[in-house]
Amino acid sequence: MSFYGIVDGSESSLKRFLAQLPGVDQVGAEARAAMLATRSIKTTSKRWAIDTAISMVDLTTLEGADTAGKVRALCSKAVRPDPSDTTVPSVGAICVYNDMVAIARTHLDAIGGKHVPVAAVSTAFPSGRASMEVKIQDTQDAIDAGAGEIDMVIDRGAFLSGQYGLVFDEIVKIREVCGERAHLKVIFETGELVTYDNVRKASYLAMLAGADFIKTSTGKVAPAATPPVVLVMLEAVRDFYQMTERRIGVKPAGGIRNTKDAIKQLVLVNETAGPEWLTPEFFRIGASALLNDLLMQRMKMDDGYYASPNYVTID
Amino acid sequence: MTFEYAPAPESRSIVDIKPKYGHFIDGKFVPGKKHFATINPATEEVLSQISLGGQSDVDKAVQAAQKAYTKTWSKLSGKERGKYLYRIARILQERAREFAVLETLDNGKPIRETRDIDIPLVAAHFFYHAGWADKLDYAGLGKSPQPHGVAGQIIPWNFPLLMLAWKVAPALATGNTVVLKPAETTSLTALLFAQVCQQAELPDGVVNIVTGDGSTGAAIVNHPGIHKIAFTGSTDVGKKIARAIAGTSKKATLELGGKGANIVFDDAPLDETVEGIVNGIFFNQGHVCCAGSRLILQEGIADELIEKLKVRMAKIRVGDPLDKNTDLGAINSKEQLLKIQELASAGDAEGAQRWSPACTLSAKGFWFAPTIFTGVTQAHRIAREEIFGPVLSILTFRTPQEAIEKANNTPFGLSAGVWSEKGSRILWATQQLRAGVVWANTFNKFDPTSPFGGYKESGWGREGGKHGLAAYLKEGK
Repeated sequence: MSFYGIVDGSESSLKRFLAQLPGVDQVGAEARAAMLATRSIKTTSKRWAIDTAISMVDLTTLEGADTAGKVRALCSKAVRPDPSDTTVPSVGAICVYNDMVAIARTHLDAIGGKHVPVAAVSTAFPSGRASMEVKIQDTQDAIDAGAGEIDMVIDRGAFLSGQYGLVFDEIVKIREVCGERAHLKVIFETGELVTYDNVRKASYLAMLAGADFIKTSTGKVAPAATPPVVLVMLEAVRDFYQMTERRIGVKPAGGIRNTKDAIKQLVLVNETAGPEWLTPEFFRIGASALLNDLLMQRMKMDDGYYASPNYVTID
Repeated sequence: MTFEYAPAPESRSIVDIKPKYGHFIDGKFVPGKKHFATINPATEEVLSQISLGGQSDVDKAVQAAQKAYTKTWSKLSGKERGKYLYRIARILQERAREFAVLETLDNGKPIRETRDIDIPLVAAHFFYHAGWADKLDYAGLGKSPQPHGVAGQIIPWNFPLLMLAWKVAPALATGNTVVLKPAETTSLTALLFAQVCQQAELPDGVVNIVTGDGSTGAAIVNHPGIHKIAFTGSTDVGKKIARAIAGTSKKATLELGGKGANIVFDDAPLDETVEGIVNGIFFNQGHVCCAGSRLILQEGIADELIEKLKVRMAKIRVGDPLDKNTDLGAINSKEQLLKIQELASAGDAEGAQRWSPACTLSAKGFWFAPTIFTGVTQAHRIAREEIFGPVLSILTFRTPQEAIEKANNTPFGLSAGVWSEKGSRILWATQQLRAGVVWANTFNKFDPTSPFGGYKESGWGREGGKHGLAAYLKEGK
């Protein structure tokens, strides 16, 4: 087997490839992210950024308390984030647990939301601690129920103990299950990988194994999508494109709660990977509370004042 | 669709520029006789008229400084001097935005830098030296080290207020009084600093500011009432000062030119190295004496790194210095622009390959695109002479020894950088490099606690840190 002609999938070829990647200097990466956070995005560019960010939101509910009613309500919000303003774009996707996929898909189709995909978290999300058979079955279930996107978690234990081949094989197998039917997002849980060097290694491991997207976090562990982590991942997809001419997407998730944070993410994309990534096809933001703040800021730009939070819906 | 950043200009309404300025002598603004214009280098707009100080102005300033030294400043305890310095530091912080906007207008550097780097460092220098004022017995200079008296200070245009802070803060902390001349093209923040001295109720004559050109500076250097010279500027002028004070009892610190080597080993963290290279040469339009103006790359990674550098350089935002998103502002003066253009042409003529990203430069004002030269050798002028602009010369090496030899093969010795993920290699390289400051895996980082100064023709003495105090004190018992 050959993956992009770069590795053959064996433990040794992966180790060799990952070992020759340049390191990440922690101080330098954090300084670059902090500098980009000072960009001042105003007026027309802010308006463009807000709409772009809305279209990139993977509107998420991943609670033990999720019900069919809650998921349907979220679907309505996803299709028409602001019921009083039809110029607001739909979000990028709905992100739910496996057993909610069918409910979400059916409801979206029924309310004119065929264009909004359903993403399912998979492979024993969030910990990833299950057998491969279970992980495969988990993914297959989600796809059969209508999931267009699979957000799988990697085995962080295997990664941290240096068993890159194991992590790689799991991604390859889930990729096979997804086939042409579902996009594959690979979640690293960067808060558990801890170092930027690990984030870079995990990024390449996932991209080589066939990921369509690389994703920071489950949202269950802090820190999650910090700007330097996203910076390192954006560098990885940029350089991977140089190597393979294949453009991989990036999805920060967790901790992006307001418009300012979202715009900082877009600036990171613009100045690191480049403007080609500034579309929902290649950049998503996993969030729940963020959408309402984006809507509030959008209203403020139109009306010139901050509306009461009662003017945005709470689902 | 592309993400265009709409203009985000910082408002200039916060600054109040008078049509004409005099000198600041003995606590008061006194009118000058002759004047010259100071302009905004980004637009060539005349901002104000600055007084051209002559011998009589310098005489008055030195007399005021002498009087203040004997009557008040040398009589104050270190603790009391420290209080004034703390007060100045706090006022500088309170008025930081005003200083940042004024500095950007007069100098041409981006507001992001004045706001985030220059002015915060200025305040930090005053805070740091305020803390030393009552602890000089512990500076390693014996018991009760004594000030020299009147310090004559001549500062450059690249970091106008920051260089003022580097000079004034230690001088005052150690009990000296000051006659300072800002650079001809950038006097405005020094004159605003004079207002801060008034606001802080600093005793009259402790800080005197005489504006002017090189002749004003020479009058300060040659004045018999000056006991110590502190100069930051070109090596040529530094040599003239050294000749002028030879045979006198005047002490001097000289911070002069540089041609900093930024050495990249093949195990460097490449993305952050690219940031460091950009920061090393394009920070402040390359108007930095310690700029990393010679990039020395290990051959195995040279092509890859240069490609990455070009991609990164295409993202550098050149334009209105007051725009908060600008990365590279205006060249400070027409004279400096001509010098950069002349040296860049020499690079072309000597066969180096020039590259700049596509960027539109304003027709008004003084501008130079960020530029790299590849195929540079030690024999090229652009590898030897200080360009003092956004122009990087790229050389390569094969072995670590060769990198060090090339780095040290210069009459200068102000700064150097080493990029490697291997700690032992960094430690080895920093020991071999003959430069006053060596940065490892970073560049152009400044801190008042760290001494700064040059080897060889890059200068005499150190400024900042405990070492910097020695320049302003005679050893005690």
